[in-house]
Amino acid sequence: MKLVKILLASSALTATAGAVSAEDMANEMTLVSWGGAYQASQLKAYVEPYLEMHPEVSVTWDESSAEAVAKLRAMNEAGNVTWDLVDATISDTMRLCDEGLVEEIDHDADLADAPDGTKASEDFGDLLVSDCFIPQIVYSTTFGYRTDMVGDTPPTSVCDIFDLEKYPGKRALQKRPIDNVEWALHCDGVAKDAIYDVLGTDEGVNQALAKLDTIKDQVVWWTAGAETPQLLADGEVVFGSTFNGRLFSAIAEQNQPIGMLWDMQSFDLDGWVVPAGLPADRKARVMDFLKFATDTQRLADQAKYISYGPARMSSAPLVGKHAELGIDMAPHMPTDPANSGNVHVYDYEWWADNRDDLNAKFEAWLAK
Amino acid sequence: MSDMTEMSGPVLAADGTPLKRSLNKALRRQKMRALLLISPLLLFIMVSFILPIADMLYRSVENKIVIETLPRSVKALADWDSASGELPQEAVYAAMAADLKDAAEAKTHTKVGTRLNYENPGMSSVFRKTGRKAKKFDLETGGPWKEALIEINEDWADPDVWRTIQTYSPPVTAGYFLNAVDMRVGSDGAEMRPESEQIYMNLLKRTLWMSLLITFSCIVLAYPVAWLLANLPTRQANLLMILVLLPFWTSLLVRTSAWKILLQQQGVINDILVWIGLVSDDARLVIINNQFGTIVAMTHILLPFMILPMYSVMQTIPPTYLRAAKSLGATDWTAFWRVYFPQTIPGIGAGSILVFILAIGYYITPALVGGTKGTFISNQIAFHISTSLNWGLASALGAILLAVVLVLYWAYDKIVGIDNVKLG
Repeated sequence: MKLVKILLASSALTATAGAVSAEDMANEMTLVSWGGAYQASQLKAYVEPYLEMHPEVSVTWDESSAEAVAKLRAMNEAGNVTWDLVDATISDTMRLCDEGLVEEIDHDADLADAPDGTKASEDFGDLLVSDCFIPQIVYSTTFGYRTDMVGDTPPTSVCDIFDLEKYPGKRALQKRPIDNVEWALHCDGVAKDAIYDVLGTDEGVNQALAKLDTIKDQVVWWTAGAETPQLLADGEVVFGSTFNGRLFSAIAEQNQPIGMLWDMQSFDLDGWVVPAGLPADRKARVMDFLKFATDTQRLADQAKYISYGPARMSSAPLVGKHAELGIDMAPHMPTDPANSGNVHVYDYEWWADNRDDLNAKFEAWLAK
Repeated sequence: MSDMTEMSGPVLAADGTPLKRSLNKALRRQKMRALLLISPLLLFIMVSFILPIADMLYRSVENKIVIETLPRSVKALADWDSASGELPQEAVYAAMAADLKDAAEAKTHTKVGTRLNYENPGMSSVFRKTGRKAKKFDLETGGPWKEALIEINEDWADPDVWRTIQTYSPPVTAGYFLNAVDMRVGSDGAEMRPESEQIYMNLLKRTLWMSLLITFSCIVLAYPVAWLLANLPTRQANLLMILVLLPFWTSLLVRTSAWKILLQQQGVINDILVWIGLVSDDARLVIINNQFGTIVAMTHILLPFMILPMYSVMQTIPPTYLRAAKSLGATDWTAFWRVYFPQTIPGIGAGSILVFILAIGYYITPALVGGTKGTFISNQIAFHISTSLNWGLASALGAILLAVVLVLYWAYDKIVGIDNVKLG
């Protein structure tokens, strides 16, 4: 009994003291990510360095980011959140934030300033699209093509996807409306800044689906990011959309005859979210880790292992060479000026509102 | 014996208590012991099976969030006539402002927005955008709220927004079930969705039809294998058994991916057909990313579930029956069809139920090899569970699937008889 009282008293004392010292931080962290090369880049760039600085901390990985939204909601309903930090895409984050399943972040207070003293909110700039989101990387969904199947005129425009005469053969597209309907409208003559106005009407959706109809017979629909590189490597498809990092590893690491088509690449963000309702000691540890893991140097380091652009502006000049291949990484970044001449920035808010509706129309169209 | 029947009082046990009571007591103790023995299993099934299903069924109609988050607005909206096409009165807007202020402080405004967005796309951002400002509402002096709210978001001037809130304010809703059968609540009651948005009924029909095809092809393929297993000498039978079980020990994803490599247009089967000249190089067969691909891959994956019950039933059929039939003059076919086959029906029944029920719930394999026309309704359930977070709709779809299985099970019992199902 006495012991319990002392313990209670001491924890009450520390709680009232308010200051967070190392003793108040939990020493175990469960990080949730995507597995594969991406998780490896996080491990090398900031998890291992952090563990070196804090040998008392141990990290458990959970490769559940693909089901993060559903699992976090289930944990929250059960009142037992076992995750400390979750890697999520921005569209998942919007849902999680709307549902109150992740914490809102005070970006300036919780994250490190840039080396020149720029506040975090300015350094991340426009990428802070949700109050709950701490961006890590900019990636893009873009096309790769078989260099040996396009003749002497490699494609230069995303609209070549819709040109079956010039480039016969199958195309791999992701089995969801996002990106595909925007590309279709763009290639059907809709101005880039009018795409979402047009898509907001029934006629606009029909126009996009009608454009996709012209190649529907020739499309292989993929659901997992690894499918397109495989389809391209097997020669099953001439074109395929996927995440640019996947194409990078097929081209640079596996030497496949694949070329990049950066035109109208669709920018997307990936970052950290902190589950809502963590106990104080675990939250303190996570925030301490976050501050370190998202500083300028750490985000630049991540680009040594994977071709995704760091989310901080101040990290861009620090991007160096690939850690193992020794090749310059900058030209492989979606944000490189040579690649980002014509980009598509997808409207997160619009999709948060209309995703379910468009998904129903898209599925009905697919089944026809 | 005659003494006993002539006795008028109750039959007594050795210790003098009536025999009936003493017997009951003994039986009760036995029953209690049996119940105690199965209680861990019972508890396990309750917690892991019955409760989740009950929870799922409840979720498919539950809709408390609107009335809990917007209590004043729901009350104020009760008198509003949505058919009039006019906007509600100032009192409704004032009630909404008060509700939104509370909701924004409790951070629940986006939740109710998400809920209403399932029914009317765009509601989510109406609530998100208004909620951002709602914390600073001054309820005393901020009015008139009609103008104020419309200025923050012009959608508040859309009667449709109010109609959606009114329609989905009761704590119980049929909305999810209507959605699951491609219907919706229109301005005058339930109506079919426009054709461009109808997906679930078609998917359900396709799921049932393809599951039947898969079950049938499993029967055709499994029957001879099970017969061989039951009739070969033990050594060969054991070897064959390992071949049957081997797929069980291989990851489902590996098996599905293997089918991709075999069936795709630049794949092994097409390469061989082109090489032997059956198919020309520019007319390679499309045998994956369609219904055919799903049927082939799923038949392969579910085959052991058909073979094993068939095998265990066939093992119990004495070979002497067939010999007897033949010695009485039956041809091979008659002996098989009239004597052997009827005895294997319990195995076929058990295998078919297993395979069919597993098949209609499958989603990984159809997602990977099904293309656009070979996917199942479970793919949509998975989408709504893990991506759209519309668990109400996922539950409604699941409940419908469950009801279909129960109806089919009932029909099977009526036609074949469930006593006829044997696993060995």
